[in-house]
Formats: sequence, structure tokens, C-alpha cells
Amino acid sequence: MSDSTQDERIKNISPLRQALVRPELGSIAGTIIVFLFFGFLAFDSGMFSPRGVLNWSTVSAQFMIIAVGACLLMIAGEFDLSVGSMIGFAGMMIAIFSVTLQWPVWTSICVTFVLCTALGALNGYIVIRTGLPSFIVTLAFLFILRGFTIFFPQLIERKTIIGGVSDAADRDWLASLFGGKVGEPVFVWLADLGLIDVFERGSRAGQPVVDGIPALILWAIGLVIFGHFVLTRTRFGNWIFASGGDAQAARYAGVPVNRVKILMFMFSAFCACVFATCQVMEFGSAGADRGLLKEFEAIIAVVIGGALLTGGYGSVIGAALGALIFGVVQQGLFFAGVESSLFRVFLGVLLLAAVILNTYIRRIITGEK
Amino acid sequence: MDPLFEMQDVEKHFGTVIALGGVNFSVSEGECHCLLGDNGAGKSTLIKTMSGVHAPTSGRLLMRGQEVRFEDPRQAISQGIATVYQDLAMIPLMSVSRNFFMGNEPIKRRFGFILFDHERADKVTMDEMRKMGINLRGPHQAVGTLSGGERQTVAIARAVYFGAKVLILDEPTSALGVRQTANVLATVDRVRENGIAVVFITHNVRHALAVGDRFTVLNRGKTLGTANKGEITPEELQDLMAGGQELVELESSLGGTV
Repeated sequence: MSDSTQDERIKNISPLRQALVRPELGSIAGTIIVFLFFGFLAFDSGMFSPRGVLNWSTVSAQFMIIAVGACLLMIAGEFDLSVGSMIGFAGMMIAIFSVTLQWPVWTSICVTFVLCTALGALNGYIVIRTGLPSFIVTLAFLFILRGFTIFFPQLIERKTIIGGVSDAADRDWLASLFGGKVGEPVFVWLADLGLIDVFERGSRAGQPVVDGIPALILWAIGLVIFGHFVLTRTRFGNWIFASGGDAQAARYAGVPVNRVKILMFMFSAFCACVFATCQVMEFGSAGADRGLLKEFEAIIAVVIGGALLTGGYGSVIGAALGALIFGVVQQGLFFAGVESSLFRVFLGVLLLAAVILNTYIRRIITGEK
Repeated sequence: MDPLFEMQDVEKHFGTVIALGGVNFSVSEGECHCLLGDNGAGKSTLIKTMSGVHAPTSGRLLMRGQEVRFEDPRQAISQGIATVYQDLAMIPLMSVSRNFFMGNEPIKRRFGFILFDHERADKVTMDEMRKMGINLRGPHQAVGTLSGGERQTVAIARAVYFGAKVLILDEPTSALGVRQTANVLATVDRVRENGIAVVFITHNVRHALAVGDRFTVLNRGKTLGTANKGEITPEELQDLMAGGQELVELESSLGGTV
């Protein structure tokens, strides 16, 4: 960049403005504000004790898992409203396979993953072939999958919750990958040092109150790293941006847009399936109402994270921070003793603010007036 | 000089509509051949036939004298025929460097992963842009912040960098202001000097005359013959494009300003 030939009409832009164009900025600021806010409001409530931290980080990790899938799909220019129903459906399938049909749990999990990603591919295939908005196609799947999730257990077991997965999953190698905990010795050691409280009464007396990091959190971190890596460091990431930015221009440049979009629908379904498997392994049961409204929570986290609803722009790190804000606020209001219905008010305001900010940023980037 | 790319009696029918009814057209290395036609003359169909989007109903396409058939745009690109579409060349939200390498990302290997080589992409983009006379703030500048003329230039530079031998430009100047038009025409001139065959499609006679070596007029799906530079006046070209008659009448009522 030789300065001697610098175009005199290019104004120097301030670092602030440059930073503003990064999709993560809003969510980084939001995260800082949220932590400061609850640091003052709820510091003594136990929110920042080991148990409190585990509580809100688990909730945030749940949001994160589905936000990563929704984020990459939204950058590729599509929506998936069937995420919530997919969670319910996947959980129910695992329970039916493992409890009702008595399959080994690892087989049940594998078959469910294949089934769900195939359904994701079907979603994508219909969107590509018909040219319909993904909003409508996946809305149809929201109802179709939820319907089956309620119908199957009633048909087979005459109830809407199937339990007993925990017994079936005992000592199953794959189940522990979703429902287990890691780092138990470290937490015992920390408890011995007095850094973590121990239970004083009951059957678990003497054990640390936090005895490990749930696999769910590791899945969330793993998926965020994977998603961020693919999006920013690989050529496939460039294709995701291009497919969502302008599908026709991308096609002319030789980007396999249809393949990219279908793969992102499959990834979204995969993330929903990870969420569902962790949930079933934790609760030991599958319920027909699991995952309700999760699709909107995923989309909200992604939008708070700076992605544009119109596609072509966004960040996985931003979406992960969006999920963190989501989780911290939801649990923080609980710790602070605020009426929980106000959470929805807050959420609506936050969503609106995020969308307005994103639209403004888009104008800066594209130079639209 | 032997033509690099040639179309002989090419016809394209869509059902009962004859979009192209006999097109003869050729372009040589280092030549800028202007294809003029009014709206509905069949320019878009002709571009899509050249770039492999449509297969011709009849007629032949020749590359260096050899007959070629394109099943899809990628085959045309692999033969060195690159098309720059007017408003679909770039993605505004993406950086110049990401746009430049869209679909052709350079890769590097690290720890068994195949990665997008950002350093190389950024460096090549800055170098190629400087050659075209555009000074970017940086390779990460979003294309949306560039002017229309600069976007066209980025698209042209991209096509040239990826080995275009025949460059088809679809109305590159139609939506631009005076100065941006001048920049794009200068780019066309620069590209031609590098030995690339340029097919310049436009309905603006003035722009065509500024850079063209030969001129072919397309009207109602047929080519009406080719003229060399200096053999034809702007008025004659204008009349041919509009099909003669009507424009003469219109011109008298407008006082010769068209």
C-alpha cells in the first residue's frame, strides 16, 4: 500500500469506525455490559460462585450449540425454523430406539444423527428445488416434526414422555460422550484446596458441589471453534459468505451454492441433534414438548451476535457471545430475584436494538444511504 | 489474424421464440470487438450462449478453429472464456480479497488442514488492483464501498488473473457516470494490450467507438454485419441498432440529439 499513490478522495477512517464494521463488536460490548450489570446487581446471590457459574454456563452452552448451526445457515442466506421441533424429534427417536426397541444406546444415537441430518438435507433440497423461502419450508417441518414427536410415543407407549434412558445408557461409550462430565479429579482437588465448597450433608457429603464440566459445555466450545474455523479459515467458509451474499453472483463465479446451502441445513440439524442427545442423557427421558421455541432463541442469539437476517454477513464468535448474553441474563435475573416474565421483555428489547444496530452497520459497509 | 473465438450461424430458440436467428461473430487476440444492440436485440441470449449458460440450437462455436461445446459455464471458463456480468459480478458485503478469489480460493496446508491462504489472497488482490490503477484502502475493504466502475474493474482484473483469453463484458458502462466510464474504458484498453480478446457488449455507441476495433450490430436476433474502426460513423451505427427507419423520424423530432 504505497502512500504516494493514495487516492486523495479516500478518507482515512477512524479505528472506531473500522471496529464497528466487525460483526462481533455489538455482542462483545453487550457481554461486557451484561457482566458488569449482574456483577453489581447479583454479586452476593451466588451467581458467581462455582455452582452459579456452572448454572449459567450450562444454559449458555445450550443456546450456543444451536446458535452455531443457525449462524452458519443464516450467513449462507437461509433460515431453519424447525430446530426446536428437530430437538424434540431427535430426543424422542433416541428414547424410542433405545428403550422401546431395546437397541444399544450408541446405535440409537448414531441412527438418530443420520436420520436428523437426512431430514436437514431434505429441508435444504426442497428449498433449493422449489426456490421457496426457507422460512416457509422449515415452518412446515416445524409442524410436521412436532406432530410426529407427539404421535409416535402415544402410538407406541400411550404417553408423551419416554423415560428409562439413563438405565439403558449406563456404561454406554457413546452416551457418556454426551451426558458425562470431565475433569472430576481436578474438581476434587480444588475442593481439597478449599476453592470449591463441598456438600455438608446428604448422600454426597464431602463431594465438591461442582464435580466436573458437563460434556454439553465441551460440545458447545467445540462446535463454536469448528464453526469459526470453517467460516474464516477455509475456502468453504468463503463459499458460505458468497452463497448468502448473492447466490447468483456466487454461481457465476463457480461456487457450488446448492451444495453449500444443503450442507448448512444438515449442519443445523446436526447441532439440534447434539443438543437433543445431551438433553436426553442428562434428563434420562425424552418428552414430546422438548425444544419448544428453541429455533427463535437460536436466531435471536445469532442476530445479537451481529449476523444479518438477509445473509452474507455474520460471525460464529458473535453468535456464541449472543448465546452467552442470553444465558447470563436469563439465569442472572433469576439469581437477582427479578420476576422471570421480565426476561421476555428484555429479550424483545435486546433483539430490536441488535437488529437496528446491524442494519446501521450494513449501511456503513455497503455504502447504502 | 485468425480469430481466437468464433460463432458461425448460431441460432437459439426458446420454444416457439427465436431469440437468436443467425449470429456470425468473431474476436481475435488483442482485439476489442464491440457488439451493439438495443434492448431485446438478443444480447443477453448471445452472452449466455458464448459463456456456456445456454447450448445453441444450431450453429457452431469455434475456439482457435476447433469446434467446442459447453455443457455449463465452468467448461467455458476452463477454455478461457470469462464473462463479467453487469450487476452480478461482486458481492457487496464481502471484502475485495474474498470477492477476488470467490470460487478460486488459494489454499495452503497446515497440520493436515486445507486452509484458505489469506496472506496470498490479500497480496495478489492488492497487486492486481494496483496494476488496474485502483488504490484500495486495504484488501479487507468491502466491495460495497467501491464505486460501480471500481467494481467492474475488480471483476475484470479477477477474470484476467484467472486466465481469461476471451473476456465478455456485459454492458460494463451502462450504469456509470462519466469519470467511472472513462476508468472502465481505460481498463478495457489495458486488458486488450495484454493480448486478451475482449467482447464489449453495449448499447452506447460513444463508448463502443472509444475502445472498439470492430463493431457488429445485433438486431432482432441477427447480426447485421461487421465494420472496422474508421469505416462507420456513429450515426450509421445508431441507425443500424434501432433498425433504421423509426429512429430517423424520431431524430427529426428531437432535433438530432439522440
